[in-house]
Amino acid sequence: MTRADAEQIAASPEAVAARLAASRYLADDSLATAIFLAIRLGKPLLLEGAPGVGKTEAAKAVAELLGRELVRLQCYEGIDAAHALYEWNYQRQLLAIRHAGEHEIDIYDDRFLIARPLLQVLRVPEQRVLLVDEIDRSDHEFEALLLEFLSDFQISIPERGTIRAATQPIVILTSNRTRELAEALRRRCVYHWIGYPDAAREAEIIMLRAGDVAEATARAVANAVQQIRARPLAKPPGIAEAVEWANAATILEKGGSPWPEAFRRAIGVLIKDEEDLSAIAPELGRIVEESLA
Amino acid sequence: MALPLTCLPASSPRERGEESLPRAAAPFLGFARLLRRHAFAVAPEQATSFMQAVTLLGPRSMNDIREAALATLAPSPDRRIEFDAHLRSHFYGDVKPSIEGEEDETRIKDDRGTREEQSQAARQGKGGELTSAREQLSSRDFQRAADGLGAFRRGLASALPARRSFRTIRTRSRGTLDLRRSLGEIVSADGDIPSPQLRRRQTVPRKLLLLIDVSGSMKLHTADYLKLAHAAVQGADRAEVFTFGTRLTRITSALRVRDRDQALARAAVLVDDWDGGTRMGPTLLAFLSVPRFSAFARGAAVVILSDALERGDHADLETAMRRLSARAFRLSLATPLAGDPRFRPATAALRAIVPVLDDLVDGSSLKSLTDFILSLARPAPSAEAIWKRVS
Repeated sequence: MTRADAEQIAASPEAVAARLAASRYLADDSLATAIFLAIRLGKPLLLEGAPGVGKTEAAKAVAELLGRELVRLQCYEGIDAAHALYEWNYQRQLLAIRHAGEHEIDIYDDRFLIARPLLQVLRVPEQRVLLVDEIDRSDHEFEALLLEFLSDFQISIPERGTIRAATQPIVILTSNRTRELAEALRRRCVYHWIGYPDAAREAEIIMLRAGDVAEATARAVANAVQQIRARPLAKPPGIAEAVEWANAATILEKGGSPWPEAFRRAIGVLIKDEEDLSAIAPELGRIVEESLA
Repeated sequence: MALPLTCLPASSPRERGEESLPRAAAPFLGFARLLRRHAFAVAPEQATSFMQAVTLLGPRSMNDIREAALATLAPSPDRRIEFDAHLRSHFYGDVKPSIEGEEDETRIKDDRGTREEQSQAARQGKGGELTSAREQLSSRDFQRAADGLGAFRRGLASALPARRSFRTIRTRSRGTLDLRRSLGEIVSADGDIPSPQLRRRQTVPRKLLLLIDVSGSMKLHTADYLKLAHAAVQGADRAEVFTFGTRLTRITSALRVRDRDQALARAAVLVDDWDGGTRMGPTLLAFLSVPRFSAFARGAAVVILSDALERGDHADLETAMRRLSARAFRLSLATPLAGDPRFRPATAALRAIVPVLDDLVDGSSLKSLTDFILSLARPAPSAEAIWKRVS
């Protein structure tokens, strides 16, 4: 797929939203606009938001929308160039040196080069979408390294020279905002903050994502989750947890538990922090019953 | 396309390079300039992207302009309300509404910007209203006094508890083979195998997080605590300092100034709630509710310098301390009250939090505090075990 094809798919924010919905991802107008702008302006897309609001899922949906493979680079403290750009296969190089004996050998040949996500994407930008996940977990040095990549879309390999992408790849970065990202990085990106959806949209997402959940159940779960998130919890439940809760409660209900009871028994898939669980327990019955009403 | 625009401090349209631009571009450039005047970082390329985005979107409605502005000018989520207010005042001609939070909410001040944030968790806070007198804002000067903080500053980096980093360093013995460098050696030695190169995981000091109570009841000690905090920021690789009273203020950047008088003067300007009341529980919850701040606490040595006199309901304090304890490597409370040999953790708030504390120590003098912080790497019995023994 060429850049022109991508731009044709992203003809308007509405077209993007419709295509994402076909990939089972419901995006609001703002997110669809941000994705549209990122594709059309040829800039990376930076998605920030609380854990569990669907940032990584959005990247997967964009890859599906464009019919490209998703290459994911998971960031962590200590990640460096060898994990993100490229690495030489030293064992194979050593073996090759031994086998070559007196013959000349180029140990910096392509067959010894292990392409890490950034290089993989540069080589075939028209077939891949790059997801740099949780960039806020990496060190400042790595962020600086990424800046160079994001501004010029090129990688310099000392033994081989510079590899430059013929066209700009589509890059999506996500951050949970555990630290402030450099202004230079934000500046280079199209930015979007993903918040928790409202109850109606969350119910739609649950219907779309959960296996066999009745509409009334999805609505009840969405309402209850909204109320639970409004409390000061250590780990507010994300959308995926809400979907799991609807699924689990449906299974329990089919297994013979009546409705409010099924929700209460399945609470472990929604709230995964013991302290939060004990904080919400006294109110849970009331919240579920109100949501079911 | 690079437009010769907005960052010039020029006064006339000609000087600003706007004469060659279509008239329709003026409001967008004007908006970028307006944001810069209010300390938003907007680069020229962002202003260009903003106009390109508006063009791409039509624009069909004012909402398109707003969406384009949000996506390309990338305001921080903390300043979204302020951003929207500027947008409305610029494009709709609205009078700029107040962006300050309500007075009874715990406000968070981060010295990286000029903004004040609001916290959802803090809105629950009733403890503060019960705890203390009204919010009393004041400022303060600090004077230099002779002390022994030089040795503390020099010794701190090596005295903090350590953790193994993911990163590796070169080593002569006890490590794993560094194939990358070994191969380089082999190639340069023409295929001979010289001594292998080894690497092992680096040991790095843990972060140090100081939370300093600046309320009225701590008045006698705050000056000393801030001097200590300055020495800590200067001495440790990664130290963060917050003050709390009725508000939460991050003062780390102010304390990074090497000269202590200057640093403390800067910190004094930042903090608004010297010698006021305390809302310890809600303020600590507010701290935890900002991911960027609570990430400081993860795996860190957290030292709270406070008398922990949380009167009334202490449920928030208990929750906050439990959450801090779950994140921190070691959670310590240094209280000046413990300088008195008759001190026992007898208040309801202290009794509730002692089980989650690693240390409850004397914070009445600089000497006892520096000795304690320098001993953080050494294991010690838990606060509960110690205080059970003495009470």
